[in-house]
Amino acid sequence: MNELLLDYLPVVIFIAVSAIIAGALMLAPFLIAVKNPDSEKVSAYECGFAAFDDARMKFDVRFYLVAILFIIFDLEVAFLFPWAVAFKEVGALGFWSVMVFLAVLTIGFIYEWRKGALEWD
Amino acid sequence: MVAAAFFYLFASVTVAAAFMVIASKNPVHAVLFLILAFVNSAGLFVLLGAEFLAMILIVVYVGAVAVLFLFVVMMLDVDFAELRAGFLRYLPFGGLIGIIMLIELILVLGAWTIAPGVVDVVATPAPTAADVTNTEALGRVLYTKYVYFFEAAGMILLTAMVGAIVLTLRHKEGVKRQDIGEQVARNPETSIEIKQVESGKGI
Repeated sequence: MNELLLDYLPVVIFIAVSAIIAGALMLAPFLIAVKNPDSEKVSAYECGFAAFDDARMKFDVRFYLVAILFIIFDLEVAFLFPWAVAFKEVGALGFWSVMVFLAVLTIGFIYEWRKGALEWD
Repeated sequence: MVAAAFFYLFASVTVAAAFMVIASKNPVHAVLFLILAFVNSAGLFVLLGAEFLAMILIVVYVGAVAVLFLFVVMMLDVDFAELRAGFLRYLPFGGLIGIIMLIELILVLGAWTIAPGVVDVVATPAPTAADVTNTEALGRVLYTKYVYFFEAAGMILLTAMVGAIVLTLRHKEGVKRQDIGEQVARNPETSIEIKQVESGKGI
């Protein structure tokens, strides 16, 4: 096995341990908990009265706007990681190309700020 | 050996999860299976040595795009009886689109020819993984050789940002916002009105 994959051995161990713990916690109630169900115990409980309606409501479209703006800046930062790593080798062209990229997105950020997209109401 | 075992694990889970995305009745479950497929694809990328791509897949797709999909699914009014009711009505149209896509895919695969220069490019690959890390290899070419594509990506992000704001931003009427400058600039002359009220009468 090559060296690169050996670097990921701790990650595999980490995921395996978390899977074992999570699996054990999910499995244990089935094995050791006292189960004595009746129709009242297993019915939906909402502060003592029957549930009014379905929990699946329509989301406000503004959550979507917040999520999409988050993705855009997430991607912007993702583009900066290789730049930071290879900064010494890309030279002046690499520096200024990223500055133009950031300037373009800053225009978008100013637009978003002035339009009030960052305010909730 | 171990790498091969992990490949088959990731590949089989990816295919199974991708199948469940289109097979599960509940759209929320479909999105959760999509996340599982993304995570396993990231595992496949790591096995290929494409570490940067794998981590970006986790951060961007699992962290952001999946959340966006969940929002979209929740914004739709998920009524399962209604979803199933339209199934037969849309079946011919959906089936037609599916068949067209299938034909196109077959045509693409059938008409595929490898460009003559590719063999030479593969024979002399970019710096090997031992010399330079994945992220650095990307960084060396992305900001210089592929600078136009990079700036185009920035423009696309700007378009997406403006488009999302134009399409979804609706301000409520009559909401009072804080404007610090205006609030601080108030003085007694602009905010107080003095009226002489005759006794025994209202204003």
